[in-house]
Amino acid sequence: MPGLNGRRVAVVAGVRTPFSKAGTSLKDVRAVDLARYATRELLERTNLDGKEVDDVIFGQVVASPLVPNVAREVSLLPQFPKEIPAYSLNRACASGGQAVADAADAIALGNANVVLAGGVESLSDIPILASRRLADILFEASKARSLGARLRTFAKVRPRDLVPVSPAVAEPSTGQTMGQSAEKMAKENHISREEQDRWALRSHKLAAQGTADGRLTAEIVPWLSPKPGEPVLKQDNGIRTDTSLEQMAKLKPVFDRRYGSVTAANSSPLTDGASAVLLMSDEAARALGYTPLAYLRSHAVAAVDPGWQLLQAPVWAVPKALEHAGLQWKDLGLIEIHEAFASQVLSNLQGFAAKGWEINQDIINVMGGSIAIGHPFGATGGRIVTTLANEMQRRDVQFGLISICAQGGMAIAMVLERR
Amino acid sequence: MATLASPARTAPAVTWDVEDGIATVVLDVQGQPVNVISRAVKDEFLACFAALADDTRVRAVAFLSGKADNFIAGADIEEFVKLSSAAEAERLAADGQDMLNRIARFPKPVAVGINGACLGGGLEFALACHYRVASDHPKTQLGLPEVQLGILPAAGGCQRLPRLIGARAALDIILAGKSERAAKAFRLGIVDELVPQAILADITLAAARRLAGGWRPKRKRPGGFVGFLLDGNPLGRRIVFRSARKQVLERTGGHYPAPLAALDAVEHGLRHGIAEGLKREAQLFGQLAVTDVSRKLVQIFFATNQLKKDPGVANAPPPTRVARLGIIGSGFMGSGIAGTAVAQAEVDVRMKDADLARVAQGILAARAILDDRLKRRRITKYEYARLIALLSGGDSYAGFGRAELTIEAVFEELSVKQQVLREVEEVLDANAVFASNTSTIPITRIAEAARAPERVIGTHFFSPVAKMPLLEVIPGARTSPQTVSTAVAFGRRMGKTVIVVQDSPGFWVNRILAPYANEVGHLLAEGASIEDIDGMAVRFGFPVGPVTLLDEVGLDVAIKVAGVMQEAYGDHIVPAPGAGIAALVKAGRLGRKSGRGFYIYKGGKKRGVDESVYGLLGVHPNGGPRPAEILQRLVLGMVNEAARALGEGVVRNPRDGDIGAIFGFGFPPFRGGPLRYADDLGADRVLTDLERLAERFGARFAPSEVLQEHARSGTKFYS
Repeated sequence: MPGLNGRRVAVVAGVRTPFSKAGTSLKDVRAVDLARYATRELLERTNLDGKEVDDVIFGQVVASPLVPNVAREVSLLPQFPKEIPAYSLNRACASGGQAVADAADAIALGNANVVLAGGVESLSDIPILASRRLADILFEASKARSLGARLRTFAKVRPRDLVPVSPAVAEPSTGQTMGQSAEKMAKENHISREEQDRWALRSHKLAAQGTADGRLTAEIVPWLSPKPGEPVLKQDNGIRTDTSLEQMAKLKPVFDRRYGSVTAANSSPLTDGASAVLLMSDEAARALGYTPLAYLRSHAVAAVDPGWQLLQAPVWAVPKALEHAGLQWKDLGLIEIHEAFASQVLSNLQGFAAKGWEINQDIINVMGGSIAIGHPFGATGGRIVTTLANEMQRRDVQFGLISICAQGGMAIAMVLERR
Repeated sequence: MATLASPARTAPAVTWDVEDGIATVVLDVQGQPVNVISRAVKDEFLACFAALADDTRVRAVAFLSGKADNFIAGADIEEFVKLSSAAEAERLAADGQDMLNRIARFPKPVAVGINGACLGGGLEFALACHYRVASDHPKTQLGLPEVQLGILPAAGGCQRLPRLIGARAALDIILAGKSERAAKAFRLGIVDELVPQAILADITLAAARRLAGGWRPKRKRPGGFVGFLLDGNPLGRRIVFRSARKQVLERTGGHYPAPLAALDAVEHGLRHGIAEGLKREAQLFGQLAVTDVSRKLVQIFFATNQLKKDPGVANAPPPTRVARLGIIGSGFMGSGIAGTAVAQAEVDVRMKDADLARVAQGILAARAILDDRLKRRRITKYEYARLIALLSGGDSYAGFGRAELTIEAVFEELSVKQQVLREVEEVLDANAVFASNTSTIPITRIAEAARAPERVIGTHFFSPVAKMPLLEVIPGARTSPQTVSTAVAFGRRMGKTVIVVQDSPGFWVNRILAPYANEVGHLLAEGASIEDIDGMAVRFGFPVGPVTLLDEVGLDVAIKVAGVMQEAYGDHIVPAPGAGIAALVKAGRLGRKSGRGFYIYKGGKKRGVDESVYGLLGVHPNGGPRPAEILQRLVLGMVNEAARALGEGVVRNPRDGDIGAIFGFGFPPFRGGPLRYADDLGADRVLTDLERLAERFGARFAPSEVLQEHARSGTKFYS
């Protein structure tokens, strides 16, 4: 049986903040404020009354310990009644996509009519942890019964205990970083440096085009800084209009300096940003007077052994989503593939081609991808759903595919349809 | 003090029951939203406490209010107004003191639980009790507002408060007529405990039980060592009183006797003991109660209370409840309205301007109003976070579709305002109200561009919006009553005193200011100095003189208004000849906002007159007219125009007109407003003076028909 079981799920609208390279324009903004900003602007654009929303779901990968459930802070915006429940989830880089999928399931099953799904990440605002020993000492001190006991506990602190710890960038199960995994995939799938650079250049060119002609910026809500004198941020600040293959070729590989091919130019940058997508049951959309951009026809997740090719799970997720949708690869009119690394995109495409699927680059990432636009982990899913839905409408394409690889060897895939 | 009519009461206001040796007394004045202490309630109090004294079961008393969010709003102001002599007033005060003395000396301890407003006589009662518990509910406010009505706390407030919290802190509250939140009152030591509302009654009862067992609270004198140095000994107190007196004189210009009397009562009591202090308190209350100043302040109090209930239009349909406000134009006025609407009415505000950078600036300016409240601890950081999330904006009308009210504050030009109206009407809901914020453009003209002129109205906010208390609401020729009531109700939610004004040039405030402002030019031309002009107005009781006022408004704006006024009323509103203010504007001197106008401004402060101004104006200060004449010309010109405008129906009644002048530009409250002032002088005298001025200066002082009529028939504006 094709599609989701149950009611039809409409993608009504989506927006996102500009994506900003970590440490630049949005560096002083907390993730929760980005998420709230995108959501509020989505309400403005859609003229939606906050009380219509049944649930709020946000994806975030590196949550702040001070705001562990960012979705709830979003649903506590004064534009909503305080009675809207909310949860945050983490399926690594597929979190935003998962938020949309969860929303779709709730709607399809009749558990909700209107759900706001989004994602956010501030890689300028990652938690820095205390060392294990310092944490133990602080814990012990908090239990000390007298000042003397407390002082004796603190006396155990050594200088090295004060060195802060950054959150892991490596896979906990293998110790390999993302970049090392991308490097591994490039080697095992025989993807050259030049092919990777070409893909990265394509991403920048198409994203620059989408920005110039307004297709890409249509989904962006300009960021009005709360700090005096700061310029209004109207577009993504990582997209390069001036780069070339020659320039890219000059960069040194980051993860394997001798035989490597993965560079800063053919990888997605650390990014800050948020996205928000409004989903409704078809009936609710009609009753509230909205014309849906697209419908969510199916979604699927898959995982592989992280020690093998960490970012190759799309090759399993996509066929599953297509099967759920009752569709074939050749039915697709537009395809959005998340670009963590150019080597990963090309590996994924290789995997698809190995199934006998014809790769038509003209319908893939037509406004560039995460390499140029940026990749705030949790926000990327919402960004891609919005980008695809908007472009499907512009081109009047019937079926579109989303494929997002994620840390932990996972991936999510979704099929959108127009009518 | 508070006011409310006192209808015939059937059920008693004071009830009690006794359990386990503790009497729980509940005050709930029937048929009224708040508890007010009237003669009748006092009698019930006395009867209750007499009975409790005799009841051998009772060992202590817990006192609570039966109202959901009010403790005691104060003494009954209606009874106060009826007082006709100082002796009678003194007796009233002495009676009240006597009752509270009985409670203070009551053989069984009394604990009070305070939730909601505890003001005036209510706080004085609480101070006479032996233990005070307050709820931390935001509505719990404690204060002694008496001086705002030209009187002083005369039921022991000037004695018990300084003894409890020290002279400095007590004077701070008494002399300004301030109310404090419960948390601050607790910090100051006015209340002994601060607890959540849910357990207030339990804790009050528990305190009564402890007191019954012989326990007494240990109160530390607040303020530590400095407190001891200043409050704890006669020498230190002398310094405190001297500086307080100086401050009061600076603030009141000597026009208001009440704060000085309160100071006297506090000082006398601390020097000669509480009994003497109470006597002095009652005496001074007697004197103040029948002063003209107090009468005027009470009249204003009543007038503003009436205005709070006035829908602004006859047979008004209920106003539309505004949850979402659209603001077009994110400049100084637009952002001021936005920030004030968020801070006061807590509505969702969407701003729109052509350019996103301007929108961002406007949001920041609006947010500054909230920053200020956070800094002054009027809101918590959590409230702040919620409130700033109500402010947003963009460069399109996205989101305006759900706004029940949209206010435009774009450039002051008819075509621009009409253009904006046409644009936004495309997206507005069919029932939404559109308000034009303007000081010079006729609303009826703006509304000509509308598809639905019945939903177009004018609002004239004053600058800076967050601080100025008045709002003029101006219905156009076709504005519907519901549009009026919606605008009036929303203005009130923004914390403004709202008057509804006819759609005529200058509306009310600028209309009556026009001759006043013009006279500045005439006086300067005759050789008066800027300081003399401002000085005389301040001596009359204005917060600032007319020259400073022009600088505040902005000279470019003033010229624009003056032009409109001359065009409309050129026969009698006559600016001085010569280049005048235009010369200053040309020289880039726009008033405070540009750092230079008549005066020089540095770091936000007025620094004095820049002599080169006279050169630019082409005048030479050489003494000019006599001071008395300066004042007469300034004030009578305004009074005359107010009478004329009232006669034309620009305001609905003298009350609205006087309130507009007092809240709009600070006409001295103790004079009651220009129309009340004319009544006090007498129409015939005003007429004679105007005729004499008209002989010398021509049409601009020609007495208005309305004044002539009052003089002829011996009638008054307020009959």
